[in-house]
Amino acid sequence: MITPDDIVINLMIFLLSSFLGLELIRHVSRLLHTPLMSLTNAISSVAVVAALIVMAHAKNDVVLILSVVAVGCASTNAIGGFMITERILKMFKREDKK
Amino acid sequence: MILVELMYVISVVLFILSLRWMSDVKTSRKGNSAGALGMILAFIATIISIEMHRYDLVAIAIILGGLLGAIMALKMPMTAVPQRTAISHAFGSLAAALVGTAEYYQSVPDIDKFTMAVLSAEVILGYLTFTGSLIAFAKLQEIMSGRPFIYPGRRVISPIVFGSAVIIGIYLIFNPSSTSLFLIMATLSLLFGVLLVVAIGSADMPTVIAILNSFAGLSATGLGFILNNKLLIVAGSLDGSSGLILAIMMCKAMNRSFTNVLFGGFGQQQKQDEKGTYKSIRECPIEEAALILENANSIIFVPGYGMAVAQAQHAVQELSALLEKKGVRVSYAIHPVAGRMPGHMNVLLAEANVPYEQLYEMDRINDEFKNTDVAFVIGANDVVNPAALKNKSSPIYGMPILNAYEAKTVFVVKRSMNPGFAGIENELFNYPNTYMLFGDAKKVISDIAKQMKEL
Repeated sequence: MITPDDIVINLMIFLLSSFLGLELIRHVSRLLHTPLMSLTNAISSVAVVAALIVMAHAKNDVVLILSVVAVGCASTNAIGGFMITERILKMFKREDKK
Repeated sequence: MILVELMYVISVVLFILSLRWMSDVKTSRKGNSAGALGMILAFIATIISIEMHRYDLVAIAIILGGLLGAIMALKMPMTAVPQRTAISHAFGSLAAALVGTAEYYQSVPDIDKFTMAVLSAEVILGYLTFTGSLIAFAKLQEIMSGRPFIYPGRRVISPIVFGSAVIIGIYLIFNPSSTSLFLIMATLSLLFGVLLVVAIGSADMPTVIAILNSFAGLSATGLGFILNNKLLIVAGSLDGSSGLILAIMMCKAMNRSFTNVLFGGFGQQQKQDEKGTYKSIRECPIEEAALILENANSIIFVPGYGMAVAQAQHAVQELSALLEKKGVRVSYAIHPVAGRMPGHMNVLLAEANVPYEQLYEMDRINDEFKNTDVAFVIGANDVVNPAALKNKSSPIYGMPILNAYEAKTVFVVKRSMNPGFAGIENELFNYPNTYMLFGDAKKVISDIAKQMKEL
């Protein structure tokens, strides 16, 4: 069961990491906003963790099926997201200094 | 389990470092690896912590999902990255919404008020982001028309649909057991996502994608609250704040507000004053353009999405390499909304082997135009329209633009005299220092390059 203490701590974590996120993203070069978006999208697929937790103690098939589909969707994002970010970042080259 | 908690902490640190390292191109690939490592750790930690009975299903889901993701990541052309991003927001938010739904069915009717409130919000946000992202995908992929779809009564219907979903969500907090209402709430949210995004034009997609990114992150945060999982809260809110910042930047770059983008129906076909308003268009022959370019000291290219549509970026890179060899200083001016998502134009030019040091954002290059011999506009329109600075009656008045008109000579490559995406007349074309080069961008640019080699 989630206690009021948990709620307060979680809210605190939410606020702090949102502020941290704002600070971090503000310093990301505009050059990289596209790969940034594919990266954060890949990171947000930690939803796979939630899907696995719910799946593990699914009490009926509806819950099981919903969470399995969620695992699939999140994996698409995780694997696809990091791969395409890598592909994009590889293309950014410096001037050849001859 | 202390081990699992520790692994989660390390994975959070890796996610934070990952974003930190994105601040510079040189460390960005390290950043991506850190993110991937964090994800793997989080996955392993979770597997350790739970008692999973159906590893077969997990394996199938990951293999199928991973395969689909990998194929998209490897096959998508760079022009299609905005679509891929939109579809990945759809996957992400669907995953979050489905987990929320599953958790609801798992715990109903024994759900405390706080959890149910978060569940309602999370499920509404997740499902509307899912369908909204699908529509954004369809528009960017041109399965659907890019023009905003304006239906009668939309200013009443959308708020009613959304409002009803919220009211049901609130009702469920106190009566979580009515599963049929939960389903109605989910359906209304799906519907609202469609209604919201069909009414937005393609030109606004950079902002819409960023907002959907933020929503997808927030719904992951919601799951963290529901399951009391701090890793999810942190990762979700990092994603949420990233989308928020990008959306704000996009809005600023267009001088628009969130509400105006989301509900303004901007980019509807406006009544054209027809070509008659362009009084003094000067066309320039290729030979002459080549000559002017060659004798210039400095050139700023101003690429827009039209360049990517014409697949002209490689031709542009060849021309600029040729010019550099002849001692001309070349740079590129990138407007924040050039392309179909934040930063898209940089990716397209990087793919065409333009070194990233030559790419300048608007604020850094705008003062340079007046000391520049040639501004070369390819497939950009509204972002170089001086009406945004000078004509108070223009719909784009107040939007920050690239001051291309200040260059000694301005070349504009254009297929025809049709107006740009927003359907607004471009005053730049009437300027005495502007010369038009009509034709397909790729052909025009390669012709100039060919001409220059012969000189």
